[in-house]
Amino acid sequence: MEPLSSFEIFGHILYQLLPVWIGLIAIFVISIATKSKTGLYGKLFDSPIGMIGFGLVTFWVLTALFGDMIMTHDPLQQISGMKNKLPGTPTKGAEADDFQWYLLGGDNLARDVFSRVVAGSRIVLKIAPLATLFAFMVGITLGLPAGYYGGKRDTLLSFLANLILAFPVILLFYLLVTPEIVKTGLPKYMAAVLFLFPIIFLVVLWQSRFYTQPQKRNLFVALTVLIGGWIYLGIAWNADPIGIISMQANILIVFVAVVFVNSPTVFRIIRGLTMDIKTRDYVAAAQTRGEGPWYIMLWEILPNARGPLIVDFCLRIGYTTILLGTLGFFGLGLESESPDWGSTINAGRRLLAIYSHPALPPALSLMSLVLGLNLLADGLREQSLRD
Amino acid sequence: MGSFIFKRIGVMALTALCLTFIVFYLTNLYPNLEKLAKTQGNMRMTDKQVVSWLGNRGYSQNVFKKYGEWLGVVPSLQTTTEDGTVLSRCSRAGMAPADIPGYCGIMQANWGYSTVFKEEVWNIVTKRLGLTSWLMLAVLCVMVPMALIVGILAGMKEGSRTDRTLSTFSIATTATPEYVSGVIFIILFASSKGGLSPLLSDWGLLSSKTLFKGSATSAMADITFANFTLPVMALALYGMGYIARMTRASMAEVMTAQYIRTARLKGVSFKNVVLKHALRNALIAPFTVIILQIPWLLTGVVIVETLFNYKGFGWALVQAAQNNDIELLLGISVIAVVVVLVTQLISDIGYVFLNPRIRVS
Repeated sequence: MEPLSSFEIFGHILYQLLPVWIGLIAIFVISIATKSKTGLYGKLFDSPIGMIGFGLVTFWVLTALFGDMIMTHDPLQQISGMKNKLPGTPTKGAEADDFQWYLLGGDNLARDVFSRVVAGSRIVLKIAPLATLFAFMVGITLGLPAGYYGGKRDTLLSFLANLILAFPVILLFYLLVTPEIVKTGLPKYMAAVLFLFPIIFLVVLWQSRFYTQPQKRNLFVALTVLIGGWIYLGIAWNADPIGIISMQANILIVFVAVVFVNSPTVFRIIRGLTMDIKTRDYVAAAQTRGEGPWYIMLWEILPNARGPLIVDFCLRIGYTTILLGTLGFFGLGLESESPDWGSTINAGRRLLAIYSHPALPPALSLMSLVLGLNLLADGLREQSLRD
Repeated sequence: MGSFIFKRIGVMALTALCLTFIVFYLTNLYPNLEKLAKTQGNMRMTDKQVVSWLGNRGYSQNVFKKYGEWLGVVPSLQTTTEDGTVLSRCSRAGMAPADIPGYCGIMQANWGYSTVFKEEVWNIVTKRLGLTSWLMLAVLCVMVPMALIVGILAGMKEGSRTDRTLSTFSIATTATPEYVSGVIFIILFASSKGGLSPLLSDWGLLSSKTLFKGSATSAMADITFANFTLPVMALALYGMGYIARMTRASMAEVMTAQYIRTARLKGVSFKNVVLKHALRNALIAPFTVIILQIPWLLTGVVIVETLFNYKGFGWALVQAAQNNDIELLLGISVIAVVVVLVTQLISDIGYVFLNPRIRVS
């Protein structure tokens, strides 16, 4: 079989991504049709920058979702004779119902670059948003009281946050993610502490709001503790009694490292916002009504800080993606055959001057996802400032 | 002002102590020490031999005592083995037992001995830091003017087409970490098979094989345009976007101020308003950001030096961490932490000096 021309490669990739295009068009048509009713989300479609950002992010989310339909080969399968082959090379020994080409060529271990990039998007989109969410939970739970009460509590927490922020990120990664440290179980204990925060956050949230309606509160708190505790046992201790939820040990470590690095910054943002908002009249009104401090923090201050927080959330997912790439680039955490973008760039960079095709697609993918998130954040900021 | 600086320095010293202790604790965890014993002594040591190897060299002591020894406030443990040699962290090859000092730590300017480079940590750190400071200097010289120009041009007329284009450009640069831009640059400019170099040499415009070099190893001895451009650009590009956005925001805010409108109404030309009235006030905020960007560059330096094989400070960090070189890693962290804290202090003090509206009580 003949190798494909650049034009044919492009056509085949477009065709492979067909489910993504259909999903993208459907989402855009529905969103634009209902944009007057969906608030801030709808306003996003008034700004071209926000739309481009949203489009890029949705593209990658859909690619990760439909990954199984898009991938042409198994991302870990090595086919002999395909080592460092150029894009469009026919697959050696392909059966009639196999895919006939390596669309973006083969890497130095003769794996399909195209499928690995698609598989990589799954890993990145699985870890980055979730890790950012956890970092926000930690930052919110600690930042609200620090900003609201001030005083000694604030001094101590701020000192600790600055302590972590003063570490160069890479040094911290090297200290936390090496196999020797993993052997001591330190990342596991850190996971045990960090993953408690979402549960604490939710319990306090229900308690402060519904303590006058014990029935409702008991129901919510019980549900949170049951479901949260179940997930917590599964993720942090790998001790899920039913055995459904678990997390691979090395992904857990990467996850913990990224949450740990991100939470002090979130803490500082929340603390600053809280200190600003607590001087407002509606907070004074709530205090006069005799509301408890946690009610004021969680139900008066937090909802009013949502604008900057949503924007920062988008930016931070992008930054977390970059951090994950950095970890992969230094070969930390994830196993070396993992198709995540950082590891793939790391594997491809050694032969960069001769074979550029294995490293370029993951690099461009990472850039486009982060760019999409940044543009989305910019669009959101612009639209939320407008009113 | 005096008491403010004094207080800040106090907090700084406390932070530095805490941070170095954390690094010390993490690098001195038992699995790390076990690995050290096996690489320094013998790969096939039994567990018992490992324990005695570590015990003889003072590694099995309480972590606080070891930290004190490393700082130089506690005398280092000396053990005399059966054959009469004295083991101590202060001793070096060829040193007579009587000459071994009792205290040897940071306070005595003794930073320890690197097991990977077989050299005094202090010598390695200063040599590598020298190399990296050239890189940093070049990056700052490229990044700061570029970022300020982009930011000022964008913030001058908020919402104009220039503003939108430049803002999108700066967002794009913040989405391009060093390992992405570095890879793209090498493919575009430093690959003999793809990118621009084959094209240019076909046209006869290029005397060498590639436009730029994909490796900066030769820049350690002799910095040239060809071997230093790509690492500097990769670093400058990622850091630039953030400064440019801050400058833009600050410029846009100043341009809406009353005194600018007054100046415009008095008939001052737009150029003069920007250069003489707006710029001075608009540059206060970016100053802090630029200074705080320096510790941030440290992370980038590690990536770029690894990618371009420039054997500076960041490269040494990776070597120390990957080879479990405890003393070198500690030395490097001390420097890194000091850089971070000093830049924070400078940015705070500078901000107070530049902004007459802020008075520290």
